[in-house]
Amino acid sequence: MTVIENHEAMGPEGGARLSEASARDFFELLKPRVMSLVVFTALAGMVLAPGHIHPFIGFIAILCIAVGAGASGALNMWYDADIDAVMTRTARRPIPAGKILPKEALAFGLTLSAFSVCILGIVVNWLSAGLLAFTIFFYVVIYTMWLKRSTPQNIVIGGAAGAFPPMIGWACVTNAISIESIVLFLITFLWTPAHFWALALFKMRDYGAVGVPMMPNVCGEATTKNQIVIYAVLTAMIGVVPTALGFASTAYGAIALCLGLGFIWYSIGVHRMPEGDEKMIPAKKLFAFSILYLFAIFSALMVDHLIATLWLTVGKVA
Amino acid sequence: MELVSLSDAQRKSRRGRNIALGVVLFGLVAVFYVVTLIKFSSGMMQ
Repeated sequence: MTVIENHEAMGPEGGARLSEASARDFFELLKPRVMSLVVFTALAGMVLAPGHIHPFIGFIAILCIAVGAGASGALNMWYDADIDAVMTRTARRPIPAGKILPKEALAFGLTLSAFSVCILGIVVNWLSAGLLAFTIFFYVVIYTMWLKRSTPQNIVIGGAAGAFPPMIGWACVTNAISIESIVLFLITFLWTPAHFWALALFKMRDYGAVGVPMMPNVCGEATTKNQIVIYAVLTAMIGVVPTALGFASTAYGAIALCLGLGFIWYSIGVHRMPEGDEKMIPAKKLFAFSILYLFAIFSALMVDHLIATLWLTVGKVA
Repeated sequence: MELVSLSDAQRKSRRGRNIALGVVLFGLVAVFYVVTLIKFSSGMMQ
């Protein structure tokens, strides 16, 4: 037996409309796939940063960044539940599927946001906590509530939210923001438009149906394809900057150059795609390669750094 | 105040959520305990 004090909890037939959401449904609210990318790039920022962090503190920092990113995902799902219900890609999310009530998602997102920021501040440092709080604010308020439904440049500016994690990881170790962490930020920031516009091209009808002004719907396919090539070139250029600035080796630079050329190659494939192509195979290929690109770039940076550190240690011992 | 009987699905999902919440709370206690030990030991070394 349970007590019903709130009549919002009553179902349409007058019966109890109590939640049947499982812990797994709440986990789904955190956008686990996005979280995995955030964890990976934040870890890269932490590994590349000069200095030392206790492994357990580092683990808690990554956990807080992941939970903070997940919380912003939950708040995004709360706000966007109306359009998620219409789009095929998002219709099965917990809120449109009726598994979780919007107010439950809101409470869940706010609670996790507050906990992740406070614990990161207490355990690690308040600069990284401030950056995490700003990231959540930027993603939820600036991107989700404002830009997403008002401008086709939504993903360009909003992409900053997804680019902050390596900078937060760096700040966790150094308690500072430096040119290197800004470069790590820029890699994801400049990568985001080409990645999302490739998706938007083959999901154009979905976005059009809900009135979200994505670039292909508002400015047309031709403009989107031009912009994709421009951002792919910019991404390839920023990819080799770590070598130019001296915090990555020439070997990394060569790998980044190859990956960047691959990114440009796939973007040109999209550019050559006929207008109104039904299957959009080149756009799907670019989308898949863009994910591989980001994982490969940050992996290469981490491996390069670990090899350099090992080399230095061996040199000192010898 | 009204009293209602929960369905099996509601009872099962509530139990699952309670267990998850319990695990999270226990995890938080463990995290703060270990972090305190780390901070104390690093403070003593300085």
